[in-house]
Amino acid sequence: MKPPPFSYHDPATLQQAVELLGQLDNAKPLAGGQSLMPMLNMRFVLPDHVVDLNGIAELSGISASADTLDIGAMTRQRDIEFSETVAWACPILSEALTYVGHRQTRNRGTIGGSLCHLDPAAELPTIACVLDARIEVIGPNGLRTIPFAEFPAGYMMPSIEPDELVTRVSFPLWPREAGHSFVEFARRHGDFAIVSAAAMLVVDAMGVITRAAVALGGVTAVPLRMPEVEQALVGHKATDETFRAAAELCRAIEAVGDVYVPAAYRQHLAVVMARRALEQAFARIGGASAKTH
Amino acid sequence: MDTASQTRTISLSVNGKSFSKTVPVRLTLADFLRHELRLTGTHVGCEHGVCGACTILFDGQSARACLMLAVQANGHEITTVEGLADGDAMHPLQKALSEHHGLQCGFCTPGMLTTLVELLNDNPAPSAEDVRIAISGNLCRCTGYEGIVAATLDAAAQMRAAGGRS
Repeated sequence: MKPPPFSYHDPATLQQAVELLGQLDNAKPLAGGQSLMPMLNMRFVLPDHVVDLNGIAELSGISASADTLDIGAMTRQRDIEFSETVAWACPILSEALTYVGHRQTRNRGTIGGSLCHLDPAAELPTIACVLDARIEVIGPNGLRTIPFAEFPAGYMMPSIEPDELVTRVSFPLWPREAGHSFVEFARRHGDFAIVSAAAMLVVDAMGVITRAAVALGGVTAVPLRMPEVEQALVGHKATDETFRAAAELCRAIEAVGDVYVPAAYRQHLAVVMARRALEQAFARIGGASAKTH
Repeated sequence: MDTASQTRTISLSVNGKSFSKTVPVRLTLADFLRHELRLTGTHVGCEHGVCGACTILFDGQSARACLMLAVQANGHEITTVEGLADGDAMHPLQKALSEHHGLQCGFCTPGMLTTLVELLNDNPAPSAEDVRIAISGNLCRCTGYEGIVAATLDAAAQMRAAGGRS
């Protein structure tokens, strides 16, 4: 058998899951299993207990208010991808999901699982980064909310305790007139990104950028927000030259190199993908402001 | 670790037949189908979710059987490649694959079929690009994929003409 021996628990309620994780030593919560199961099969992880969250109905669901999109941690990636609520409230999330793995893995994979696995090249953490998502976590001491900026503690390591679970991800919504874009460069469709870029833009009637958010995936050990790029955008006219100059700042990132891609190539891609994301976000802005360009 | 929680009795439906078995909790669904039910059509390649050979339909949705535990299938419906034909009549997609050189060694074929059956259920008129994206998680080392794409488009057309059997 591929996975190592463990005891299996399948709580039916969140309360039971929290109690189990509080009592058991060396326990791992199992969400969609698209990362934990490979790690078990390869014996990278050796838990004594697996706590399967798939029977906890209260952890799934999508709801939107005027200013926030809330998604339960165990909501399947395919359900988010096909959600009309998400497409209306937060189209950048729908767009990014088409790049997440393959249909077969999105049918099982969850948003909470992806955020906790925290692969720096994964799409959902990059979207959570660009949108300043709030991660709701429950543990023996009750609920707490972690702003995404404080969520990554390091490479593939979320700042949650072993006895805590992510329950919900909340995305603050941008105004309807905002432009959005998620682009990525990967060798094949469905691969983890070598570099991805997410951009949100608001431009006023004079064609001046009033609000911007830019995040990059795959470039560094954790998803990277680019405040210097955002500063180079806000207050400036939305022109190709503005986008080019702002994206150029990505060349200074201390990118990671690996066996596939040297750091210098990631720096180059960061500039290119940031620029493409900004141009596309701008092109998608509805109304008169885009037409003045 | 208590041994009591290391086996479980599960009941599930596979290709329309009900089964009840006691299994180790760490048994993957792929190994359960192959070793316990002797349904060896579900192939096991990489065993970490990359190659797609073990793809089955879990309550009608494609999933990697190597990335699920057999205990997680308790109370659910599984369809494997053995469940696609209607008696002796092959599924239109199976027929089309054989006609368009959509397989050679056959290792990837069960995963291709289950994945593409889901695609055709969702989208009866896919483009070649839709097909390529659908099978982006299924590795084939024989065909170069061209025959698989051609077969899927042909099967889709036949199924539309026949009124959408899936």
